[in-house]
Amino acid sequence: MNDGRSRVLAEIRKSLGRAGPGGEAIVPLPAAGPRPAFDGDPVERFVAKMLEKSATVVRIESLAEVSEAVTDYVASIGANRRLCVSKALAAIAWPPGFEIAHRAAVREDETSVTPCFAAVAESGSIVTLSGPDTPSTLNFVPENHIVIVHGSRVVPHFEDVWTLWRASDRPMPRSVNIISGPSRTADIEQTIQLGAHGPRRLHVLLLAD
Amino acid sequence: MQAAGSTFTKRVSIAIHDKRLQAALAHASGGFVHKRAQQVAALPEFEALRERARDVKEHVLTNLDGYLERYEEQVTRQGGQVHWAATAEDARRIILEICRKADAKTVTKGKSMVSEEIGLNQALEAAGYEVVETDLGEYIIQLAKEPPSHIIVPAVHKTRQQVGDLFDLHHRPLGYTKHLTEVGEMVDEARQVLREHYFRADVGITGGNFLVAETGSSIIVTNEGNGDLTQTLARVHIVTSGIERVVPTLDDAVTFLRLLARSATGQEITSYVTLSTGPRRDDDLDGPQEYHVVLVDNGRSKMLGGPFREMLRCIRCGACLNHCPVYSSIGGHAYGWVYPGPMGSVLTPLINGLSAAYDLPNACTLNGRCQTVCPVKIPLPGLLRELRRQQFESGLTPAPIRLALRTWAALARRPRLYHLTMRIGVALLSLFGRRRGALAWLPLAGGWTDSRDLPAAQGRTFQQAWSARKGARP
Repeated sequence: MNDGRSRVLAEIRKSLGRAGPGGEAIVPLPAAGPRPAFDGDPVERFVAKMLEKSATVVRIESLAEVSEAVTDYVASIGANRRLCVSKALAAIAWPPGFEIAHRAAVREDETSVTPCFAAVAESGSIVTLSGPDTPSTLNFVPENHIVIVHGSRVVPHFEDVWTLWRASDRPMPRSVNIISGPSRTADIEQTIQLGAHGPRRLHVLLLAD
Repeated sequence: MQAAGSTFTKRVSIAIHDKRLQAALAHASGGFVHKRAQQVAALPEFEALRERARDVKEHVLTNLDGYLERYEEQVTRQGGQVHWAATAEDARRIILEICRKADAKTVTKGKSMVSEEIGLNQALEAAGYEVVETDLGEYIIQLAKEPPSHIIVPAVHKTRQQVGDLFDLHHRPLGYTKHLTEVGEMVDEARQVLREHYFRADVGITGGNFLVAETGSSIIVTNEGNGDLTQTLARVHIVTSGIERVVPTLDDAVTFLRLLARSATGQEITSYVTLSTGPRRDDDLDGPQEYHVVLVDNGRSKMLGGPFREMLRCIRCGACLNHCPVYSSIGGHAYGWVYPGPMGSVLTPLINGLSAAYDLPNACTLNGRCQTVCPVKIPLPGLLRELRRQQFESGLTPAPIRLALRTWAALARRPRLYHLTMRIGVALLSLFGRRRGALAWLPLAGGWTDSRDLPAAQGRTFQQAWSARKGARP
C-alpha cells in the first residue's frame, strides 16, 4: 500500500520535474469562480427553480402549521399515516393519529420529514447535513420526502452554504446532500421518469422566516 | 472490457448496419445537444466558468502531489482510508482485499467509469462476489453483458423493446412475469429488484466525480439516487477515482458542478450531488462503517509530463461524445474499450498503448465541435493530431498511408508540380464523372466508393477558381 503511494507520488513528481515534495509550496489560485447572477428575491427564485425540477412547494407561516400541511399532503398522495421524522424535528407537534418514528429509514417507510441546513436559490436545491438527529437515509429510502425549509436559510449561491457551514463551527458531516428535485432517470430512451431509486416526490414546506 | 468484433473497421461496419443502434443513436444525440445549448444560453457566466475551471484544473495539475497529500490527510483525519493504485491491477487487488477483509458476499455499485477502466466487475465476479450495478443504465448493460456505450448514458444504444426482453429473461425467475412495454413500468420493476440488493449489500462501490482537498470529501453526482443508496446502506463504502479528480476547495467544486450537468445532460444540476466524508460517526444512525478511497493512477501520472497533460482536465461529462459526428454514427462500442468518442480516442491509446488503438485517433474529422463544447477547454483535435504524429514517428502508420503522405509532402513542397498534378487529376475526375456528376468507383478509393458516390470535380482546381474570381473583381 505504501509502495503504491510512493510509486504514484514519485511518478507525478518526475512528470512535474520536481525532486521532492511540493505540498507546502502551493500558492492558492487568486479570485473565486464566477457565480450566476440573478435579479429578484432569492426565496422566490428558489421556489420557481424547485417547481421547475418537479418538486412541490407549500408556504406556511410557522412550525405550528406543519402538522396540518403534512396531514393534507399525505392525504393528497394517498400515503399511509406513518412518518419517519428526523429527531431534529421531534419538538414539532405532529398530527394526531399519525405514527411517528425517529430513526434511520427502513424499507417500509413511505414518507419522511427532514429539516435542511440551507437552501439555494441559484438552482433550486436543498442542502442537508447528516448527523445523529438527521440520518441521511431519510433523504433516499422513502417514496416521499418532505423537507422543512426556513425562508431565512435560503441563500443565493452554493458558496454561501459553505460560508454558513464554516461559520457554524460544525465538523464536516459524513454526508452533505444537495437535493434538487425527486429521483429521476432518463436511461431508457431518454424518457424522463421520476422515482428511479430515491424518492418519487420531493415536497417542500417553506416557512416564512 | 473489450467490445465485440476484432477490428475497429469491422466494428464500425457492424454498427452502421445495425438498424436498432442507428435508431437509438439518432434518438439520443439531438436531445443532448439541444438541452445543453439551452442551458448554456441561459447562463451568461458559462464561458467565464469554463475559463475558471480550466485554470483550477491547471493549478491542481501543477501541484498534484501536494493536493493529493492534503486530500489524503483530510480523509484520514475523518476516519477514512486512502489507497494508492499505480496500475489497474493494483486497484483490483486493493479492492478485492478490502472486500475480503470485510467478509463480503454482495457488492453493489454506483456508476463509475474508473471501475470500468480497471475491469473491476470481472475481477470481483471471478473472486466469487455477487456484483450488482445499480445505475439503471449500468444495470441494463450488466444484464446484457455489454460494456457501456456512453460514459454518462451507458445503455443509450438499447431500445425499450430490448430492455423489456432483458427484464423478461432476468426478472422472471424473481417472480416478475409481466412483459413490459412502457418505460415507466420498467423503471418501477428495476426499482423493486434493486431495492433488495441495496439492503443486502456488504460493500458499496461508487466513483468520485471530484475529491475535495480542503475537507477530504468525495463527490458523486446522480439523478437516480442509486449512488446514495449504494454508499449509505452497505457496511463498507469504496470510492474509486482517478488521481486527477482532486480540487482544492468546496468553492472550486461548485465551479465544476455548475459546468458538469449542463454539459452532460443539459440539466442545471442533477437531482443529487453528494459529498461523502469518512465513515459513519460514533453517534450516527446510518452510513457505512468503513470508508475507503482508491486513487487510481493507471498511466495518468505519466500523461502529466507530456503533450497530453491537458487531457487530465477531463471531468467525464460526455459533451464531446454527444457533439461528435463520428460517435453519433457508430455509437460507443465500435471504439472497442470503455471510453468512446473524442475523449476516448485520446485516452484509450494513452492507457492501452498507441498500437492497441491505432484507428481511434484517425477516426476523426477534426471538425472541432468537441473542443468548442468541452467545459474545461481540452484541445481534443490537437491531442488527436499529436497522437497521429506519434503513430507516424513510431512506424505504426500503415505503409500505403505513409507512401501517400510522403507523396503529398513531396508535391506540396513543389508548387508548380503540385498545381499541374491537381489540374490533371481534376480534369480526369470531371471527365470520368461527367455523365452522372459523381463517380461510383475510383482506383484506390474503395473505402469511400463502397458505401457512397464520390462527387465529381467541377473541372477546375481551387487555385484556378480562385484566380478567376480575383481576376473578375474590380
